[in-house]
Amino acid sequence: MLSRTAANLYWIARYMERAEMTARMLEVGSRNALLPNIGDGYRNEWSAILETCGATERFTEKFGEPVQHNIETFLFFDLGNPSSIASCISIARENARVVRTALTSLVWDVLNSAFQELNQMRRTERSKLPLSDLIDWTVKTCALVRGAIESTQLRNDGFYFTQLGYAVERADNTARLLDVKYYVLLPGTSYIGSGLDTYQWTTLLRALSASRAFNWTYKGELNAQKVAHFVILNQQSPRSLLSCARLASDHLDHLSRGYGTCSTSQTCARSLVAELAEAGVQDIFDEGLHEFLTRFILEIGKLDMSITDNYLRGEF
Amino acid sequence: MATEYFNEMFDGTTVRDPYRFLENWLKDMPHELRHMKQSEAEALFRRIGITFAVYGEAADTDRLIPFDMFPRVFTADEWRKLERGIKQRARALNAFLADVYDRGEIIRAGRIPAELVYRNEAYELAVTGFRPPLGVYSHIVGIDLVRTGPDQFFVLEDNCRTPSGVSYMLENREIMMRMFPQLFQENRIAPVDGYARLLRRTLTDVAPAKCDSDPTAVILTPGRFNSAYYEHSFLADLMGVDLVEGQDLFVDGDYCWMRTTEGPRRVDVIYRRIDDAFIDPLCFRPDSMLGVPGLMNVYRSGGVTICSAPGAGVADDKAIYIHVPEMIRFYLGEEPILQNVPTWQCAKRDECKYVLEHLSELVVKEVHGSGGYGMLVGPKASKGDIEAFASKIRENPANYIAQPTLALSTTPTFVEEGVAPRHVDLRPYCLVGKDVNLVPGGLTRVALTEGSLVVNSSQGGGVKDTWVLAE
Repeated sequence: MLSRTAANLYWIARYMERAEMTARMLEVGSRNALLPNIGDGYRNEWSAILETCGATERFTEKFGEPVQHNIETFLFFDLGNPSSIASCISIARENARVVRTALTSLVWDVLNSAFQELNQMRRTERSKLPLSDLIDWTVKTCALVRGAIESTQLRNDGFYFTQLGYAVERADNTARLLDVKYYVLLPGTSYIGSGLDTYQWTTLLRALSASRAFNWTYKGELNAQKVAHFVILNQQSPRSLLSCARLASDHLDHLSRGYGTCSTSQTCARSLVAELAEAGVQDIFDEGLHEFLTRFILEIGKLDMSITDNYLRGEF
Repeated sequence: MATEYFNEMFDGTTVRDPYRFLENWLKDMPHELRHMKQSEAEALFRRIGITFAVYGEAADTDRLIPFDMFPRVFTADEWRKLERGIKQRARALNAFLADVYDRGEIIRAGRIPAELVYRNEAYELAVTGFRPPLGVYSHIVGIDLVRTGPDQFFVLEDNCRTPSGVSYMLENREIMMRMFPQLFQENRIAPVDGYARLLRRTLTDVAPAKCDSDPTAVILTPGRFNSAYYEHSFLADLMGVDLVEGQDLFVDGDYCWMRTTEGPRRVDVIYRRIDDAFIDPLCFRPDSMLGVPGLMNVYRSGGVTICSAPGAGVADDKAIYIHVPEMIRFYLGEEPILQNVPTWQCAKRDECKYVLEHLSELVVKEVHGSGGYGMLVGPKASKGDIEAFASKIRENPANYIAQPTLALSTTPTFVEEGVAPRHVDLRPYCLVGKDVNLVPGGLTRVALTEGSLVVNSSQGGGVKDTWVLAE
């Protein structure tokens, strides 16, 4: 398969996953904004989200103060923001157009319709589009695309590259989403253990569509250790870092088997899986949650680089 | 007005043979059904994706070319003659190209002026003396034909470089078969879907001598912003070959390679849909980002075949066109089966004089122009237009040729009020490899505006399915 085609497939998945992530971030932000305004922690909530999306600079340049309405526009509609939902879906669809022949007509159909609907929304008055609808639409659309890929694409290298894209992006996103909590919780440690942080942890789980799943898995009180375990180390949770790393590793193995070669990406993914499978929650808290997450995000970056070098760049 | 033009369906009030079976079909189709079918056709086009670039985007993308459901029909007899004529022409054009990049016998024999060939912009000095595999330069020849009577066909122009539109020929047929299966069951309409297979065979036929295994062919596209991108990806998909951009290819040693997820893979045949000037920045335009640096070296040393061959354009120039009948006599020793349209060259003083005196009756074209731009249709032009054009001709006479306004045939076409005659032309696609092949059909373009003779899609033309009835 052409390296450029593989790169396009990989990035279609990454952008769709990123769109979903941005929608989840909007959800976290809007729910937290419903809380009473007590300390700097909450005031900075939206700033923390922008920070996590790596978009603070671009936002400040354009809008100045982080006002909710502007943030919504920026994160959903703004084509000047490369990780806005509109940008992600437009780029994914454009990538799909380029590799049209590597996709089934169903996958193309869903991606193209999503793009048409998005354009429709862009022409609609903002007051007629409540944020919750925008978030729902995005999450559903992403599920549709994922489902179309899952149920119709041939299980060949093209499919594995989309799955790799999903795994890498999801791992990166989960780590970043978790890191938002770190920012919010750390400055005013006094309310850790109060009702407020429970509310925040719940919001995080909701944003991962995992609030009920969590309750099924862990009985009793919510606390930081349990949440961290669920989101990082639990292999039942589809968005945990361990699950994502394992997914990436599996699909890299499929690729290598198909091509009859070994790759440095495989080594990279395997060492991530090994580390997470061995780790306990206490190890992570000993290292420091933020330090751990920062390191993990770097590792994921390395995995991405290695996949790009091995397969997508086409330089030998 | 209607009597001036040859109507392919009606001879007075009687229906001509090839269209007889469509008479009832037409009778049985009430207005509402037709509208329903028309919107069904459009929906199908959208689904298939032929218009996916259309939706409310910037100007860099395609429009939907209007599709007319009324098919254009040829009998087996009519087609047989066309087929012979087209193949003859395709062979002669290739013989001419092989000759002018070699010894130039036709010029030595004084049949074609040397200047016309060697000073032609499309003549590629970089490939003189090189003989491509099988001596074929133009592997896909698109020949534009018009009809003026039951037995009168004229060649309007030849396209030896990269004629486009074949995806419409194939898609139009798909759509018609889905919408009117009964017509296909009850009649013997020759299929066109062998085209992709034939094209692939043509491309592998001309693999370079150095290729020692199953040849790898690719289509080279300028990219997704090109208006024909859909066609490129469509053909790649049908043939099962990779659709590459310049950046996907590179030259290493004596070969051209493509960048794949499994490492470099050797490419043997490139069906390029980019112009000569962009193929190789080291050989042609240095600013080209679309091509592959060093490709021409590989080509000239027989490491890769480029289809159509760089330099093939010299055969389809409008100034060369005049001499095609002479080529057929010179190389094949045959009389041309298809006639040229009589043409005046403004480069010649006396012919230019005639043209300037008769502008209101003539069609004047730029020698290198295409797509219906920069032309004057005398009978339809205002006095002011004619005068303005006359001064352009006087400024640079060599840039223009003139032809009589042809009485293009009409075929019935669905219009708002029902069915009305509209003017059509025809572009069949002839494939030249080990054999010369032609699928029975082609692209019929139709001028949708009443009375208009310009069928180009850029000027409000549409397309029709073209049927050849099997015996």
